[in-house]
Amino acid sequence: MDARTDIALTTDLGIEAPPDLAPDAMSACRPFPAQPAHNEALGFPGALVEDWQDQAIAKMGELLENSRPLRVFLDSCVKCGACADKCHYFHGTGDPKNMPVARQDLLRSVYRYYFTPLGRLLGRWAGARPLDADVLEEWFTYFHQCSQCRRCSVFCPYGIDTAEISMAAREIMNSVGLGQKYCNEIIGKVHKVGNNLGLPPAALENTLEGLEEDVRDDTGVDVKFPLDVKGAEVLLITPSADFFAEPHVDGLIGYAKVFHQAGLSWTLSSYASEAGNFAMFIGSYEQMHKIANRIRKAALDLGVKRLVFGECGHAWRVAYSFLNTLAGPWDFLDPRYPVPQNIAAITHDLIQRGGIRLDKDANAGMTVTLHDSCNVARASCLGDRPGDQFTIPREIIAASVPAFVDMHPDTIGDKTFCCGGGGGLLTDELIDLRVKGCKPRANALKQVVDDHKVTHMVAMCAICKSQFTKVLPQFGYPMEMIVSLHQLVSRSIRLATNA
Amino acid sequence: MSILNFVVSSFVVLSFIAFVVGIAWRVWLYASTPAPLRVFTAPAPATRAGAAVRVGREVALFESLFRADKFLWLVSMLFHVGLLLVLLRHLRYFITPPPLPVALMQPLGIIGSFAMVAGLVGLIARRLFDPRVRYISRATDMAVLLLLLAIAVSGLAMTFIAPPDIMAVKQYLAGLWRFDPQPLPADPALIIHLVLAAALMAVLPYSKLLHVAGVFFSSTRNQPDDARRERHVAAWARPLDQHRS
Ligand code: HEM
Ligand code: SF4
Ligand code: SF4
Repeated sequence: MDARTDIALTTDLGIEAPPDLAPDAMSACRPFPAQPAHNEALGFPGALVEDWQDQAIAKMGELLENSRPLRVFLDSCVKCGACADKCHYFHGTGDPKNMPVARQDLLRSVYRYYFTPLGRLLGRWAGARPLDADVLEEWFTYFHQCSQCRRCSVFCPYGIDTAEISMAAREIMNSVGLGQKYCNEIIGKVHKVGNNLGLPPAALENTLEGLEEDVRDDTGVDVKFPLDVKGAEVLLITPSADFFAEPHVDGLIGYAKVFHQAGLSWTLSSYASEAGNFAMFIGSYEQMHKIANRIRKAALDLGVKRLVFGECGHAWRVAYSFLNTLAGPWDFLDPRYPVPQNIAAITHDLIQRGGIRLDKDANAGMTVTLHDSCNVARASCLGDRPGDQFTIPREIIAASVPAFVDMHPDTIGDKTFCCGGGGGLLTDELIDLRVKGCKPRANALKQVVDDHKVTHMVAMCAICKSQFTKVLPQFGYPMEMIVSLHQLVSRSIRLATNA
Repeated sequence: MSILNFVVSSFVVLSFIAFVVGIAWRVWLYASTPAPLRVFTAPAPATRAGAAVRVGREVALFESLFRADKFLWLVSMLFHVGLLLVLLRHLRYFITPPPLPVALMQPLGIIGSFAMVAGLVGLIARRLFDPRVRYISRATDMAVLLLLLAIAVSGLAMTFIAPPDIMAVKQYLAGLWRFDPQPLPADPALIIHLVLAAALMAVLPYSKLLHVAGVFFSSTRNQPDDARRERHVAAWARPLDQHRS
């Protein structure tokens, strides 16, 4: 393994000791602001408005009235510091403003100043400060160094969720014309074309035909990748990265084989060809609603009976936790199935019932570990019972490979560390942050590689997969080490030749 | 009525009003602000009853804090349990005759006050010496701890060094309660203790001490995982649904 270890890894058990404080270490790391066209396409002002201070405070007031979590979280923090060493970006950078409580305080200080009597009275003694240009710049910097992974929330005695606060901050910034290029450009593409990549229907059709050929060449079996098929049983909504990127596409091939083998008719939609909903990252309910309702329209137009999502963490959070509220009710779908379902739950169920058979020998030589995606682990569930998000993928892996090993318990389950690229940060200009934020995960991975000869790590989120394949080589691990959950299924599933 | 009595009594009464009005206002705000989406931290219980139990465990056991930081959990428990015992012990100054459980737990209250002081010392030390906690601390964070410590120490001083005339104290407090002024016992330790405790009440609803209410309203903990079963459309979000196909 070529070891380009410009970042030292620990071999100790568990998580490294938290770093020493390195004030302002990351103060120059920020994403590109959005161009006027990107902002205006979403109904935001093109550039910073003249009276942005007043408008930002007014927006904050509106958000406070609309959101109980925001109000309660801004009021309740006791500065106990229990969350301080729980963020992967703090671990990787040592910048104190990457401690969750300090990140919250960037917004809370302004809240205290304008919305609480004690903050107004005591000013900075009470941690209150007026909103000025420096504060705005600090917001833009450090609220884009939060992947909204919610690890901090798990450990906070009041469950204060920094993700909610950074979403609110981004929404306020958007409302005064300071958007982030990466997210806003992508959201615009979804409104226009239907997916994050801006992939038009014809290109999508081509790609799917290509995949059918590949699978036929590979297995001799005629596995279909249907698009816009009216009356199909299942509408599959999957991240658009599944159509192109590695190892995502191997996962998509896995879903197709599962549907094929289970005899389930299914289809993709060219209108709703994206599972991801980046509007969550910018905290915009309205944008999120608009994107989510493309899925509703596709389901109605195609007359499907079930809604199934492919592998993706943040997409699954919006799907599992928000979709019913945003785009329901789903009374026109088959009431016997939850809406939506995750492909992993379907595969798991088929394995249990003997509906598909997996052959571990096909994955001989693999020792696999699992990266729990934050949004699956901490913000949703995969099956019907709380905790299914941990057992389902592990049982699928155990059924398809000879050896499975978990990473350190403080880095999996609901304590899982973010890959470092979530929350709208998966953009090249933030690569420094992304590498540093991956360090806790890379440490835990190194431990199982060294001690248990782990050869592959499974990811079940499009962002995790893209982030790891790009960043893990910096830690000396090849990109091929990252595999999709359904890639393992794809390799091990026994396909019956269809008559 | 002496000027001192007037000043102290007014301060205590006004503080109490600030406390009640402030808490009621915040609780009303929290209760009336919609939670537009399900944002529980998973795995979350599937039912409302399950979610209530989860909140109960956070309140009674500080479960999340235990997972986060064992030392902090210990000093925090010492402080809070101590405070609870001390508050229960104080009931005898307000209810005559004290109910049997209150009478029986008096010695426990004394142990509680020592636990409270020990906890506070631990919390203050953390705030001074842990670099991360020091970074996030402001003057008010330390002030609250010192205020609580001063209340506890002045209370212990009365218990062990200069016991006040309990009957006179009860009479004075009962007078405040009924707006029927009674003489203020001329006991410096008592007056200090009373004024500081009143100040604590006055700031509670307007400061981070509001976590007392916040812990019950935290959406990440009190929401059941019913997202695929129920819709949770907030009133302000309803118009959006009219614009869809
Ligand atoms: C429902 C009741 C309450 C619960 C569940 C609760 C819970 C907690 C928890 C979990 C912490 C964080 C750990 C720590 O820093 O100690 C905390 C901090 C604190 N609590 Fe409470 N608390 C309650 C009531 C009170 C009351 C009535 C007071 C005093 C008037 C109080 C004063 C404090 C203070 C001063 C801190 C901050 C300690 C520090 O500076 O480090 N709490 N509380
Ligand atoms: S949500 Fe995740 S990235 Fe954001 S502050 Fe918390 S731990 Fe850090
Ligand atoms: S754990 Fe919660 S209460 Fe404690 S400092 Fe962090 S956000 Fe504040």
